[in-house]
Amino acid sequence: MSGVRVLVGTRKGAFILTADGKRDRWDVSGPHFAGWEIYHMKGSPVNPDRIFASQTSGWFGQIIQRSDDGGKNWIQPGTKPGEPTTTPEGMPMGESNKFVYDTSPETGKPLTTHQFYDGTAHPWEFKRVWHLEPSLTDPNTVYAGVEDAALFSTQDGGQTWHELAGLRGHGTGPHWQPGAGGMCLHTIILDPSDPKRIYIAISAAGAFRTDDGGDTWKPINHGLFSQYIPDPTAEVGHCVHHVAMNPSRPGVLFMQKHWDVMRSDDAGDNWREVSGNLPTDFGFVIDVHAHEPETIYVVPIKSDSEHYVHDAKLRVYRSRTGGNEWEALTKGLPQSNCYLNVLRDAMSVDSLDPCGIYFGTSGGQVYASADAGDNWAPIVRDLPPVLSVEAQVLK
Amino acid sequence: MVRVVLPYHLRNLAKVDDEVQVDVKGPVTIRTVLDALEASYPMLRGTIRDHVTGTRRPFLRYFACQEDLSHGSYDEALPEAVATGAEPFLVLGAIAGG
Repeated sequence: MSGVRVLVGTRKGAFILTADGKRDRWDVSGPHFAGWEIYHMKGSPVNPDRIFASQTSGWFGQIIQRSDDGGKNWIQPGTKPGEPTTTPEGMPMGESNKFVYDTSPETGKPLTTHQFYDGTAHPWEFKRVWHLEPSLTDPNTVYAGVEDAALFSTQDGGQTWHELAGLRGHGTGPHWQPGAGGMCLHTIILDPSDPKRIYIAISAAGAFRTDDGGDTWKPINHGLFSQYIPDPTAEVGHCVHHVAMNPSRPGVLFMQKHWDVMRSDDAGDNWREVSGNLPTDFGFVIDVHAHEPETIYVVPIKSDSEHYVHDAKLRVYRSRTGGNEWEALTKGLPQSNCYLNVLRDAMSVDSLDPCGIYFGTSGGQVYASADAGDNWAPIVRDLPPVLSVEAQVLK
Repeated sequence: MVRVVLPYHLRNLAKVDDEVQVDVKGPVTIRTVLDALEASYPMLRGTIRDHVTGTRRPFLRYFACQEDLSHGSYDEALPEAVATGAEPFLVLGAIAGG
């Protein structure tokens, strides 16, 4: 029988939740990497037992961890190509922690500045990995979205990382500025129908697309309207919070922006608003039903300063029409005195039938629905604040 | 052998208890002690000092013989007591913040 594994990154460690296909009784393991911020964990679609984790800390910097047994044991995979993967005494090497912007003449782009919060020019500085996106076809290849915004990849299972400098250096970089959490590349979408097409999104620069495997990129923000920037329809500068795509409909994208829920039917070339009857269209997460490409989910958040749910009610909103018409999903979710936030990478779906939906909150709950959102129940209630949630199906 | 005391989270990362001992060839300075530490425990590379610039991470400090050595030169000789192993070299993490 199939099972589900839910990978939960929190402010103080990682937790791994597992259940069989019924998804009603869960085992909880963790905290792994206790005390560290785990910004993201994600498994390889090719080998679900291979999981990568971004372990980060204001004290000690960035660590990349890898498990090859579903999260029971972890290693830091880093080493230089050609060198042994461990010291003679068996210690793992530390090169997997090294993210260096590529400024080489052969493959890199010069380091420019970007805008800082006060509009001044600020040098590009690496802080952490926000998002890991394993390749759809190769368990050794992973993409990493980092702060300050750039895209890196590994082809050796996380041992070494190299920047795809074409993004940072394509020309609009000096106009990018950070969102409140930092200038982060938080969304990476790999197109299953075209291995050279990748979508990414940056707070607060916007969405971008490559059609040549990362050498060249173009902003894809036409149709976005952001009233708080000097030119509300500028080519870049929009605070995109998250983008989602159903793999069966490559090119149909859904976006949760800093205000507005948007949709594109042409791979991001044009966007239109589909907020419709949402009580508020601010939020962070957005995701798509695994089997119904027109069914999308958001968690409306009251406002850009009040980062908690609207009306003190934790409500997931579902649209079965690809946006505009939304219904509130509340069964099993607190409907009073609730002031939780759900961060951008903290929602995920599984591909079982019925589709399972999972999300984690700032209050440390991870909620699950085994029926596409009709009913919800907490898997766990009292974790540290949740930063990310990813669901895997185990066969 | 030079004794080094690491902060709690780095002890966990390096899978060691309490303090570690590193063999430093040549002058015993902050730089050579950290080089030897990272050679023996390469998973610590990039955690105490930035990978590229080598600068100390701001929430960490270097101490020895009850003195804060964080703002001194990486290449100044550490006290003799550290070189002989009589006193440890401490990497201390800030207790601030959640």
